[in-house]
Formats: sequence, C-alpha cells, structure tokens
Amino acid sequence: MRVDFDVIQEWIEPRSRVLDLGCGDGALLEMLGRNKQVSGYGLEIDPARIERCLERGVNVVEQNLDQGLGNFADGSFDTVVMTQALQTLRQPHLVVREMLRVGRECIITFPNFGQWKARWHLAASGRMPVSDLLPYEWYDTPNIHFCTFRDFDLLCRENDWTILHRQVVSETLPGRAFKDFLPNLFGETAIYHLTR
Amino acid sequence: MGGGICISLPGSLKLAAPPPGVAIPAPARRVVPVCSPSESALSTEKISSSLSARPHDGGDAPAVPATAASEGSVGIVVPQRHTFSEPLELACGRTLRDYTLVYETYGELNAERSNAVLICHALSGHHHAAGRHSPDDKRPGWWDNYIGPGKPIDTDRFFVVSLNNLGGCHGSTGPADTNPETGKPWGPDFPMLRVRDWVHSQARLADLLGIDQWAAVIGGSLGGMQAMRWALEYPDRLRHCVVIASAMKLSAQNIAFNETARQAITSDPDFCGGRYLEQGRLPRRGLAVARMIGHITYLSDDGLGRKFGRELRSGSFRLGEEEEVEFQVQSYLRYQGDSFSGSFDPNTYILMTRALDYFDLAREYGDDPVAAFSHARCRFLLVSFTSDWRFAPERSREIADALMHANLPVSYAEIESAMGHDAFLLPNERYRRVFAAYMNGVAAECSDGGDR
Repeated sequence: MRVDFDVIQEWIEPRSRVLDLGCGDGALLEMLGRNKQVSGYGLEIDPARIERCLERGVNVVEQNLDQGLGNFADGSFDTVVMTQALQTLRQPHLVVREMLRVGRECIITFPNFGQWKARWHLAASGRMPVSDLLPYEWYDTPNIHFCTFRDFDLLCRENDWTILHRQVVSETLPGRAFKDFLPNLFGETAIYHLTR
Repeated sequence: MGGGICISLPGSLKLAAPPPGVAIPAPARRVVPVCSPSESALSTEKISSSLSARPHDGGDAPAVPATAASEGSVGIVVPQRHTFSEPLELACGRTLRDYTLVYETYGELNAERSNAVLICHALSGHHHAAGRHSPDDKRPGWWDNYIGPGKPIDTDRFFVVSLNNLGGCHGSTGPADTNPETGKPWGPDFPMLRVRDWVHSQARLADLLGIDQWAAVIGGSLGGMQAMRWALEYPDRLRHCVVIASAMKLSAQNIAFNETARQAITSDPDFCGGRYLEQGRLPRRGLAVARMIGHITYLSDDGLGRKFGRELRSGSFRLGEEEEVEFQVQSYLRYQGDSFSGSFDPNTYILMTRALDYFDLAREYGDDPVAAFSHARCRFLLVSFTSDWRFAPERSREIADALMHANLPVSYAEIESAMGHDAFLLPNERYRRVFAAYMNGVAAECSDGGDR
C-alpha cells in the first residue's frame, strides 16, 4: 500500500464523489470504495493500467489529462485527486486550476525534487538524478515538470489556492526521522489538500 | 453499423481467387473475391496471441478447412425459432399480430438463471454470431472472434442469446415474409420499426427463455443503441450494458450516407416501389451500390490504403496502350456489393438504416442524455476505435460524459485501430483484453449469485 494513500483516505469524506486523475491501476479508488463507500471514476491513458482497473471493477475512463477536464461541469465532484502525475503534465498549473473548478477540494501528491538525494546526485555527479523512486534518464522520463515543496507552495500563493492540509511522507529511515524538521530536504512525497 | 458482417454466400464464394500476379481477362473479372475485411485486418494490423489462429479462411491464403472442434469455437450450432402470438404494439402506432424470431444460444444457463447475455446485432447482422451451422461452413458467425470458450464472451461461463431482429431477412419476420392479411409479401407495407421495438421483442424472447435479468446486454454500432435502450426501458432487467462503437444519435453526415444508400436501392428500376418480390424481380444493383457506399465508410482511408493502395488488378498505364485499368479496390468493393446483394433483402436494408437514423436516445427526455440515463441502473462499458469516423470516439465520449454526470458506473476504452468502424468485429489484441477484463468481472458476479 502506498504511504500517500493512507493520508489521502483520511481527508476524503465517506460516501463522497471522487474523480481520480491518472488513477493508475485503480488501487486508490478500490480502497476508497471499500473503506469510505465513495463513488467515482478514474481517468487514465495507459492501456495496461486501464485493464487492471477493469479487472478490479474500478470505473476507468480513457482520457488524456493534457487535454483538460472540459467535459466535467463546475463543482461536479466533492474531491478531485491526482497522485504522482503532476510532474508528467504539460501544463500542471492549468490542470490544478481545472481540478479546483471541477471539485470542491483537491488532493495532489508529487515527488519532491528538493529531497536531499536528488540534490546530492546533481551536486556530486553533475548529472540529472536517477533513483529507485525516479528511475528514468532525462531523455526518456515521463516526468517533465519537477518541482519542490517550496515551488508548489509558491504556486498556491500566486493563485490564491487555500492549502487545507500539507503533509510530507517518506519511506526511508532518514526521511522519516527528519521530514518534519526539514520537509523540503527530507520529504520524498508531498501531499497537498487544496480548496478554492 | 455492421459493415464487416460477412454473410456466407456459398454461391458467390465458389469463385476462387486467381494466383497473385495473374491478370484476369476482362470478361472473367466481374466477381473476383479479393479479400474480405476480416482478411484485410489480418494483413494490416499485427495481431498477436491466439486470435490470429482463428478459423477464418483467407482469400490470399489457401482455405483452412473448418473443423467443428477448432480451438475456442462453440462448434456446430442450430438456429431455433419461436412464433410469438401476443400482438406487439410498435412505436409507429401499428401492431404486429404475431411474429417469429430466429435465435441461437451458446453455453448453458445456470441454475440461478443469472448468467445470460444478450447479443444485439448491427445493421446487416443476424442471429448467427458464433460457431458454424455445418462443418463445411467456410466462415463462422459474425462475432466468432469474441464469442466462444475462453473468449471475452466466454461460453463456458455465459449463456449467450443472439437473435435476428424483427424486420430482418434471416428468418425473423420481415418485409420479405407474407403479410397474413393480403397473402402477398409485406414489402414496403411492413411497419417501420424503431430500436425500442426490437428491445421490446427481445424482452419477450427473454421471457420465453426464463431470463428475468440479463447479466449483460451487448451490442456494437446499431446493436449498441439497442443495449442502451434496454438500460432505459428495462432498467431492472440487465446488470451490465456493453456499448461498442456506437452513438446516442446519428450525425447529419451519417444520415446522409444512409439516405444515399437508400436512394441507390429505390432508384433501381427493379425496386418496383418495394414490391419487387410480387413482380418476381430484385433490385440487386441498387443494393450492391448501397453496400459499396456503406462499406467505404465502415473502413478508414488508412485501412483501405494499406490494403490496396493503388494496386492494379488489370490493365496498365503504359503509353500507347488503351486497355482499361482496374484497381484492386474496385474489384474488392464490387465483390462486397455483389455478395451482399445476393443475400440481403433490400426492404430490410431500408428498414434497418431508417431505424438507425430515427434513433435518438434522449429525444423523449428533453434532449438531455443525463436525464435519460438517470433511469438506468446498470453498469456500462463503452469501447470506441480511433479510426472509426462513422461512430467516432467523440460519440462514445459523449455517452461516457452523460453517464458520469448521471453518476452511473461506467468505464471507457478507446482502442487504437486502422480498421475504421469494422474494427468492432475484427481481431485486435487490446480490444480483446479490455473486453475480456470487463466480462470476467461480469462472470464473477454471476457465480456470486447474480444480483448486485
């Protein structure tokens, strides 16, 4: 179970309506359906992941997030979730804006590029960081818009988005120990809970 | 719209294709089977897995002998028929006093009667969806790629019912049958049917078979329209609705193609105002042209280009030569038209295309698809194909959007294919996997006892 899912689950109201952008294999929606009785849909473009959703009985709709959410009405969902997909989008800020139009609230998780490992990798080797968490080379990575916690905080301020909750999680030992003191240096994954 | 549905026509299939590269003398090249759309799919789309070993014969390859026990086949099937004597009130206001439906079933109905699946056919389809009628049949049923043991509509798990719709020409009551009131063929006097009439007659068939609730109602193209109408007319009688390459209503362009096809039929001098059977005539040329028009639109530019390009069947462009040139695609289209016009009733073609044109899912719900679907209670799977321009992916996305707004469970997949609208009938690995993954869940519910 992904550690960010537990946090998300706590922020989701029981029996609410959820839209999951880039829903992957449908694990989050399945969990929320089971534990919180939410109804909802996942949007995904990867054929193998769509198949996994269908096998699990999770509602999945093939839709490219880069083409926007124009087919969804204002405020048609309680919460719009997007886990670990922000960095893959062509225009992340526009998608977040759309999420807050379609949902009353939104929850976004992304990998923190300011984490010490990434900083160390770049500083020491002079090359773009490649890690177990982000295993791609610069030329073939789907992750085209990296940011740090601090960057995302700034984006929220500039757009007047209200941060309801902000949490960082880490699965490694030093990360867990220090993430609360220096989140931008030790947190691996950021989880933001936003509203308009 | 069932473009690729191949109706086996023993007569015209007896003509063997010449060896490649052999020019055919002009008089003999009138009906030359170049290939069927299914075969063109095999050569233009790379199909992996077991589906490539399906038992179709090939025009370009030596015919594979059909064996009843071939892998994944339901084997030899026998059509059944039932005459319903309770009058059926139609949407047009008229009533059919009695009528016959021809159908086939595959697989076993379980003790709870919870594993039944209804297959709704498209424009030129019929009840013979899977298996063969005899070991010598060159082709299996029109959806044999997807119905059979171990296939997405798994006959080891489902009891599959496939019928010829009312107004059809493959055994169910239609315009070519005798009107009991006049003793003459119905012809143009056969009542105009709408999709809902088919759905009501299918519900009677369900009653006959003791099926209170379908595990799924499944259809492609016009069949998908029937499946959606089922979800609105009989919300408690289906748990899943599978709508493939379909739409909530036809576009103006689509209606225009259908009208051109109808005009081709009705302007044939042998049409005789639709009373050709009484006159002992048959507007074959008109129907063949109608089919050719349809066929072009069921394929994509890319698909036709990949298969035929500008290859010549005969003649040449050499300077100083006057011999008439024939492109491969011409011969292919003519074969499609000719074989179809020998096996399909022109009045049925007119009736079916009109039903397509008239269908508008949300008309009676204030033209609001969300309001329409708010009557449904089943789960939905929608599938579309990227190169399908008659039932484009946008049409399926509109259905998905309406269903999401109505807060109904829906999944949607857009399958990459170069085969146009015909893709819904043809082997395609991703399509198969999506279909199988969904139907697997439907089957699992059936063994849990049926009801949601």
